[in-house]
Amino acid sequence: MNRNANIDSRKRTEPLLRVVKRAELTGRQIVLLRLLAVLLALAAGGLFILCLGYNPVAIYTRILSGATRSPMAIQATAKIVIPLLITSLGVTLAFKMRFWNIGAEGQIIMGAIFASYFALFHADWNHWVLLGAMALAGILGGALWGLVPAFFKARYGTNETLFTLMLNYIALYLISWLQDGPWRDPGSQGFGKIARFDKNASLNKVFGVHCGWIVALVLVAAVFIYLRYTKQGYEISVVGESQETARYAGMNVRKILLRTMALSGGICGLGGMIQAAGADITLTMGVAGGVGFTAIIVAWLSQLNPVIILAVSSLFGILEKGSSVVQSDFGLSTDCADVLQGIILFFILGCEFFIRYRFVGRGHGEKAK
Amino acid sequence: MPHSTERKSADRTSVLAAGALSGKDAIACRGITKRFGTVVANDHIDLTVRYGEVLALLGENGSGKTTLMNMLSGIYHPDEGVILVDGQEAVINSPVDAMNMGIGMIYQHFRLVDVFSAMENIVLGTKEKRLRDKELKEKISEICQSFGLEIQPEKRVYEMSVSEKQTVEILKVLYRGTRILILDEPTAVLTPQETQKLFQILRKMKEQGCAIIIITHKLHEVLEISDRVTILRKGKSIDTVETAGTDEKILTELMVGKAVSLEIDRPPVNHKSPILKVVNLTVKKPDGTKAIDNISFEIRKGEILGVAGVAGSGQKELCEAIAGLMKIDKGAILYEQENIIGKTPAEIIRMGISMSFVPEDRLGMGLVASMDMVENMMLKSYGNGRGPFVDRKPARELANRLVEKLGIVTPGIDTPVRLLSGGNVQKVLLGREIESCPNLLITAYPVRGLDINSSYTIYDLLNEQKKKDVAVIFIGEDLDVLLELSDVIMVLCHGKITGFLDARKASKEQVGLYMTGAFSQEVAQ
Ligand SMILES: Nc1ncnc2c1ncn2[C@@H]1O[C@H](COP(=O)(O)OP(=O)(O)OP(=O)(O)O)[C@@H](O)[C@H]1O
Ligand SMILES: [Mg+2]
Repeated sequence: MNRNANIDSRKRTEPLLRVVKRAELTGRQIVLLRLLAVLLALAAGGLFILCLGYNPVAIYTRILSGATRSPMAIQATAKIVIPLLITSLGVTLAFKMRFWNIGAEGQIIMGAIFASYFALFHADWNHWVLLGAMALAGILGGALWGLVPAFFKARYGTNETLFTLMLNYIALYLISWLQDGPWRDPGSQGFGKIARFDKNASLNKVFGVHCGWIVALVLVAAVFIYLRYTKQGYEISVVGESQETARYAGMNVRKILLRTMALSGGICGLGGMIQAAGADITLTMGVAGGVGFTAIIVAWLSQLNPVIILAVSSLFGILEKGSSVVQSDFGLSTDCADVLQGIILFFILGCEFFIRYRFVGRGHGEKAK
Repeated sequence: MPHSTERKSADRTSVLAAGALSGKDAIACRGITKRFGTVVANDHIDLTVRYGEVLALLGENGSGKTTLMNMLSGIYHPDEGVILVDGQEAVINSPVDAMNMGIGMIYQHFRLVDVFSAMENIVLGTKEKRLRDKELKEKISEICQSFGLEIQPEKRVYEMSVSEKQTVEILKVLYRGTRILILDEPTAVLTPQETQKLFQILRKMKEQGCAIIIITHKLHEVLEISDRVTILRKGKSIDTVETAGTDEKILTELMVGKAVSLEIDRPPVNHKSPILKVVNLTVKKPDGTKAIDNISFEIRKGEILGVAGVAGSGQKELCEAIAGLMKIDKGAILYEQENIIGKTPAEIIRMGISMSFVPEDRLGMGLVASMDMVENMMLKSYGNGRGPFVDRKPARELANRLVEKLGIVTPGIDTPVRLLSGGNVQKVLLGREIESCPNLLITAYPVRGLDINSSYTIYDLLNEQKKKDVAVIFIGEDLDVLLELSDVIMVLCHGKITGFLDARKASKEQVGLYMTGAFSQEVAQ
């Protein structure tokens, strides 16, 4: 047995690159790493645009300017950001508890349906009373849709992922039924659709955008404080970590589960009301329009931090509005915008890996720090 | 890769041939340094282990033992320093590399697939083609014979006791041709009898020429099994001594850096009236079998009731029943003459009953791994004070106080507790429970995995509680400590009480006999 040969081969078998767990990084280093990821993502996206035969710099500047060049553009961008922001905040509460609420879509819709009832049938009420009732109804609708899976989970241990997902479809077909049946607008000939809300039932504008943006900003602060400084926020983190430990600490896990899901759904429902009464001024099947799913990505990308959620959802809004401008100006299809979004996501998620691990080259083990 | 298989078979024969190497250095660490952020877990450590010897690695909690062993087994990579294997510089990148060099590690948390049989677990992950069951069994029994192991190859892991699982783990590394075996606190969860069995195996391995490194906090085990002891203190290697020329006192001093008294005092009990009375309590496990079978006992204020018993005799269920975490089948629990059955855990905490159970994985229940010390301090008291907001200030003060009082080694009170070393995690838990000023303190295995100095700190803390008229139920493993610390010892066996003994008069052998249920007193109601 030739031991020396073996040991030589050991050295040689050191891989060219290997993955090593990092010591904890400081907050500053993490921010820098994330910025780097965004830059790399832009570079990679630029390459992609170049391949399509366009000038990446021109496209990027147009995306940015398209979303922000005029007050009108900014207003349009804001309109995209508002529902995304509110919904992301809503799902964050559930995710913090490790409750996989992927039913935000349905909760938005239920909020919008409940609110629409008042908009359609009590349009003669005093404006502020009416808006108040609609907001409450929206919260109630969303909360109800959040409570159903939470109740079954607490009671029978059902899987919330599937449950919340299925409820989305029920909510969606509820609108479909309403617009073809009881709530059908008699004014629209033959074609199933719900009537436009009365002016009295729509949200006021502040700086040219429906006042939902104020609600959204207030919610950012509220959710931030709720999660970080309140007793209930603390309970949510403990339950999220381990229900056993929560029970041991004397927490009523069931109550916390139900309460948090009611809140999470309620916020999403409020988002639905704002979308219907502020942006669409009616109830359509597109009231949620996938926002409930995008919000999941936004929430996790932001690591469930409300302030970062504000920034990330704004970026998503800019990208979306900007690419629609690019589409009309350059004739670049919106699918390309989706690809760009995908590239950015890829890099940012990849960056999370580098926050926890790093590569070490062959023979550099000793110097590594 | 033809190369690797060749190497492995070479290793397999070398286990048997290793006898020839006896006395040669198996592993030598030179100036190993490992930092985690600002914490220097290992600071220029030197360590040598030879073939044919057992080296004990001794050090206080957080002194860097596990970190060092993780570098030998390829989980971490040193920041500085070299590791020599068989006298040659080696780069160990992964557990697979370590295995190919003949280094095997037994972790404290078992890494077995529960639904697989012992045999399937043993071959899992090896690259060679699956052998036929019969051949495999032969091979396993061959290894078993040469090292004196006993296993049932067909038994599924989930049906096994802790010690059986450990045997499978050992077999797993032996099957892979290990010549250098590292065991991280293998005895922490074993009964004394199981520990003896393990030591038999280790002695056999030593005879065959293997090199063995064992980490344990129990000094009598160090003296019993090892040939040499290397002592770490605060990440530095302080000294290596021959076991033959040392004793518990010297070792403790080397480890702590100053003389420590290893005496436990036992203040007398002044009260007559019981604070807690358990009457005909029966608790069933989820599978319907009786975990606790019709037991009755009482405890007075200012008394320490020691509970002895083989692991799994109903200790956990007893704790959980009193804390309100488990459904009670029959019987009553009277606390200050009030039946507490049916009360919620929160109500029971508010009545002044504190329960802390240190499970085998230590973090399990009682602490939130990803939270820092401050937030863990608030776990039971976060609801105090009016208003919707939590008050972090008292928790922060408490955390700082505990770090000082119990000597908790941590980069800071804002570090998640999952990054603390095993022993420090426990100090955080117990410290919080004691500081909550309970009237009844139930603590199960509070010194599991604690170093000797910290263990004595804990015993002192318990005595301090006793003097404050707190009733203490102490569920322990170490009979010597139970006999020295408790006033009364209650022995559990299969969920039944086999006897009450006066700890001042009873002997270890007596307790041992009651534990096995060999004889039991008539327990008068
Ligand atoms: N992944 C990590 N990140 C940050 N710090 C760590 C990490 N692992 C260990 N440490 C720190 O390094 C020090 C040494 O830890 P280690 O687990 O090696 O101690 P130990 O001697 O095994 O203690 P114990 O007897 O309590 O198990 C501790 O202070 C611990 O907090
Ligand atoms: Mg350790």
